[in-house]
Amino acid sequence: MTDRATPHPAPPTSHPAPPTPHAPLPPAELRARLASRLPAPARDWLDTALAGAAPAGAGEPGWRLSFAEAGRRTGPDAADDARVLLLHAAGAGPATLALLYRQGTAAERRAVLRALPHLVDGDQALDLVEDALRTNDTRLVAAALGPYGARHLPAHDWRHAVLKCLFTGVPVDSVARLAERARGDGELARMLGDFAAERGAAGRTVPPDLYRVLALTESQPAPSEES
Amino acid sequence: MRIFDPHIHMTSRTTDDYEAMRAAGVLAVVEPAFWLGQPRTSPATFYDYFDSLLGWEPFRAAQYGIAHHCTIALNPKEANDPRCLPVLEELPRYLVKDGVVAVGEIGYDSMTPAEDHALAAQLELAADHGLPALVHTPHRDKLTGLRRTLDVVRESALPVDRVLIDHLNENTVKEAKDSGAWLGFSVYPDTKMDEDRMVAVLRAHGPERVLVNSAADWGRSDPLKTRKVADAMLAAGFGEDDVDLVLWRNPVAFYGLSGRLDLTPAEAAATHEGNSILRGGE
Repeated sequence: MTDRATPHPAPPTSHPAPPTPHAPLPPAELRARLASRLPAPARDWLDTALAGAAPAGAGEPGWRLSFAEAGRRTGPDAADDARVLLLHAAGAGPATLALLYRQGTAAERRAVLRALPHLVDGDQALDLVEDALRTNDTRLVAAALGPYGARHLPAHDWRHAVLKCLFTGVPVDSVARLAERARGDGELARMLGDFAAERGAAGRTVPPDLYRVLALTESQPAPSEES
Repeated sequence: MRIFDPHIHMTSRTTDDYEAMRAAGVLAVVEPAFWLGQPRTSPATFYDYFDSLLGWEPFRAAQYGIAHHCTIALNPKEANDPRCLPVLEELPRYLVKDGVVAVGEIGYDSMTPAEDHALAAQLELAADHGLPALVHTPHRDKLTGLRRTLDVVRESALPVDRVLIDHLNENTVKEAKDSGAWLGFSVYPDTKMDEDRMVAVLRAHGPERVLVNSAADWGRSDPLKTRKVADAMLAAGFGEDDVDLVLWRNPVAFYGLSGRLDLTPAEAAATHEGNSILRGGE
């Protein structure tokens, strides 16, 4: 990676990102919340699509078409939630989730990542999280660090992911279980310190989030803490 | 001034281009899938390319406040390589995606039987998926290529008013206009059209159903040609409404036929403070 020699202006337009919920809403609650903000035609489409995705129909390609077209049917802001609901309704398992991720647009991949905590118990979907963390798409990086990533990422990979957030400007507030995993993590503290020193040597500012994470590493781990 | 570049290969351009385009008024682009300069030898490389047009490239564009959509197809040049033909079988799973607003670029390169097949098959795919089609006309033997293209379109299930015929010039504009198709013009530094010729064509044939693009790619080209045409139109006495029709409303109307055009910079939302393009630089 090379750094740019000159400062780059901020993007001309940007809108606040919808917060990534750390504890994903149960599907019924998510559906109610989504239905309340959708116009009637989009709500009707969603009802039909969810009925078609119910496990009896999950083998049919129809619901996968619904998964693809959720953006134009419900609008880009609602599409994430609509896709997560479709995955729940279909009872998508690790194989289906992997297929949808690999054949998905960035928006579809984000929805798969968001659905993982409720749909996959073990670490079978960890490779999807690792794939997302290799991208430079901040939407995917943030989604990869949701509750599923927090539960299953090994310590080394998790630390690098947190550092990547600081590099790419993903707010660390979107990292699930940040305080819990950072607590007492001396290696993460060292990496943050080195990063701050590198920025200082280059005459650059240090992202404020770095000091927040550094402070979290200084608290002692709870006795039952893993990693 | 609001500008929609309906044909530009941003994959080959830098972030400096995005920045300059946004400053010039470009708020939306469509990136047609095409040849990359180096011939591909296996279908899998197409899928990575298509995924990029539906993932990384819209993300890059959104960071500069530009809405990015794409068209997906097996281009005519590579349709001549049997190793690439399996791509045709995989197109349906791409043509249902939200960011895909047309099938394209399709059309003729050398006018071979393999190109006949790929063109006809992909016009059917467009009809099946409720999408319009972006059809380019060949660089060589252009008028013959246009006539053969229009024949294939008329034989297809896709109505000609859902087809954009691109890379037109003074010699091909009249027949294309008479067919009822949408009319695309690529403005280049050396070849294809230039700004003044474009203004003359607009004077002669009117701004209705005309789209102007930069078709900027990895070759000698200029991503700001859309703005330069707008300026040339104003200097030649066209009104701002004419400029808006050609540089915004016509492309919105054509790609809007897909029902998938989303011009709210919603994708920019996710970038918020995210500047991963900056690679840690500040």
